[in-house]
Amino acid sequence: MNPADLHPLVILFAAITTDNILLARFLGMCPFLGVSGQLRSSLGLGAAVIFVMTCTSVLNWLVYHYLLHPDGVFGIDLTYLRYIAFIIVIAAFVQIVEMVVERVSMLLYLTLGIFLPLITVNCAILGASLFMVTREYTLVQTAAFGLGSGVGWAVAIAAMAGIREKLARHGKVIPQLEGAGIALVIAGIMALAFVGFSGVIRIN
Amino acid sequence: MSAGSQANEGWAALRRMLWSENPVFVQILGICSALAVTNLVRNTLVMCGGLVFTTTLSGLTVSVLRAYTPRRVRMMVQILTIAAYVILVKVVLDAYVPEVSDALGAYVGLIITNCIVMGRAEAFAAANRPVASLLDGLGAGLGYSIVLLAIACVREPLGLGTFFDVPIPALADATRWNVMVIAPGGFFGLAVFMWAARSLNDWRTRRRAAGEE
Repeated sequence: MNPADLHPLVILFAAITTDNILLARFLGMCPFLGVSGQLRSSLGLGAAVIFVMTCTSVLNWLVYHYLLHPDGVFGIDLTYLRYIAFIIVIAAFVQIVEMVVERVSMLLYLTLGIFLPLITVNCAILGASLFMVTREYTLVQTAAFGLGSGVGWAVAIAAMAGIREKLARHGKVIPQLEGAGIALVIAGIMALAFVGFSGVIRIN
Repeated sequence: MSAGSQANEGWAALRRMLWSENPVFVQILGICSALAVTNLVRNTLVMCGGLVFTTTLSGLTVSVLRAYTPRRVRMMVQILTIAAYVILVKVVLDAYVPEVSDALGAYVGLIITNCIVMGRAEAFAAANRPVASLLDGLGAGLGYSIVLLAIACVREPLGLGTFFDVPIPALADATRWNVMVIAPGGFFGLAVFMWAARSLNDWRTRRRAAGEE
């Protein structure tokens, strides 16, 4: 099936399950391994990622199609500049959100805001924007894909944090595998479970 | 300080990056692409080339510009420097090896947010002189490449029965481990590598301790 014909809802669910940005595409691994020790902070980071990813992939879609694309405002092919354009949009967006959140609600700032600087260099955010280009999504599809990828990432990190909290309390781990090593093994088993979804829907 | 001591400092940093402070299995950075591209040796090699190029030259550039960069916009300047080099990598790959470039897809662009490149720019290049930073970046790139190539050399033969796209005669009738090519294989491969590398380090530390007694 042509990716352009996919229903946005299909893309949304596929991005959460079969095409999970973390477990199938390996993006956003660094904060995943770093923060997933505690359930509380991983939920905060997950929520921040959902919000930023949805907004920036839509913003980047607009930038790509109206500024960089040959059919856009400038009429020349600037698509080779997309890496720089996307990263500037993401960094600027994160900076603005951080300032707004800090002014508006101290509670929200303490739960979400502290994770925002981490997000600029979260490769899942840039990855979602880049996949949106290579798969030639429409605006609505992009919004669905950004939201789905964010939710998928948040689900994966929350599940991982739950397992790691339990493991820290009850489990015995080989000393050489402690920390990142055991996290990778758990992620591998989770990825195997998510492979079970494949064949249900394919979006790339 | 003389240019000689700067180079010495750089060589020391390069050596540390290769094993004892390896960016992938000690510092746990740059994991995303380490998992994503390692199912084919050829793709891995191209990816490593791109990353070595980017870390080396961005280390040099960030270090040269460090006196002229206001602290508040430091991260932005570093990201833009890195993005500029990644665009060069992408353009060259598109021109000379278009099929590999297509296979790597978005992962070339993701070198920008590869934590190793950012990490070295921030931790070393922003505070050290140009030649030392260049060598440090080179070491980080090579340290990353060692790990990726080791994993790819296991995943491709086990998963597809080939090495560098050439079928291995000894594995012609062997069962293909499909799991090695898909996502879980990457996670397990890296975990096993980490386990082996840390066990080796522990063993060497114990042996050295035993030797001193």
